Amino acid sequence: MPKDNIGPHRLVVGAHYGVRDWLAQRITAIVMAVYTLVLLVAFFAASDFSYEGWASLFAQQWFKLLTFVTLLSLFYHAWVGVRNIWMDYIKPVSIRLTLQVATILWLVACAAWSAQILWRA
Amino acid sequence: MSDSSKAGKPQFRNIGLIDLIRYRLPLAAKLSILHRVSGGILFLLLPFILFLLDKSLMSETSFEHFKGIASHWFVKLVLLGLVWAYLHHFCAGIRHLLMDVHIGVNKQAAHKSTLIVFAISLPLTALVALKLFGAF
Repeated sequence: MPKDNIGPHRLVVGAHYGVRDWLAQRITAIVMAVYTLVLLVAFFAASDFSYEGWASLFAQQWFKLLTFVTLLSLFYHAWVGVRNIWMDYIKPVSIRLTLQVATILWLVACAAWSAQILWRA
Repeated sequence: MSDSSKAGKPQFRNIGLIDLIRYRLPLAAKLSILHRVSGGILFLLLPFILFLLDKSLMSETSFEHFKGIASHWFVKLVLLGLVWAYLHHFCAGIRHLLMDVHIGVNKQAAHKSTLIVFAISLPLTALVALKLFGAF
């Protein structure tokens, strides 16, 4: 392998879905980090830990949307990470595929549950 | 590892469990495996997190119920585990992002940033522990 086969000069082959997931993992991480800071600031600035303070924060539409986008980021991020764990440790294809499918279904269900929690009337 | 030159093909095998105990990992590698462990914990406890969010938002009654659940010592312990996992994953993740843009990639810098991650995540976890168990 030539010594300069790193960074932008490296030889890239394949279907590139690895890069897409890698990038998605980073972008979703940044979304979650930003949300963490917003939540901490909002929590400490606005409310003592009473139901009114907590619920009024989550009553605003922008905060619901921000929370939902962050949770979707979390689920995508979790998919990439958990898939990596299955790929590293689970060798039999049938068990690995089952776990991967179960992970996807579970995360999609979590997304629906999140929407219900946030937009309950 | 047996490099069988006769077969003309080097052979590789995974490290065995017994080797694993004796194998001394550098601190950065421990941080890395803990990044995976904390991520796995957060994934497994996802239903619990959503359940608590649900309870805390549904109504004033369920909010009190949430407070009741969260005041049990075992739940506090689980919450503390969650907080550690989150803080470790967060700090180690920031380190990861910095390395992605080629900051602190060499050996010395990587070791230093490992120490910084532990120096932030562990005291913060301890602080939350004190708060949870009512030291202040």
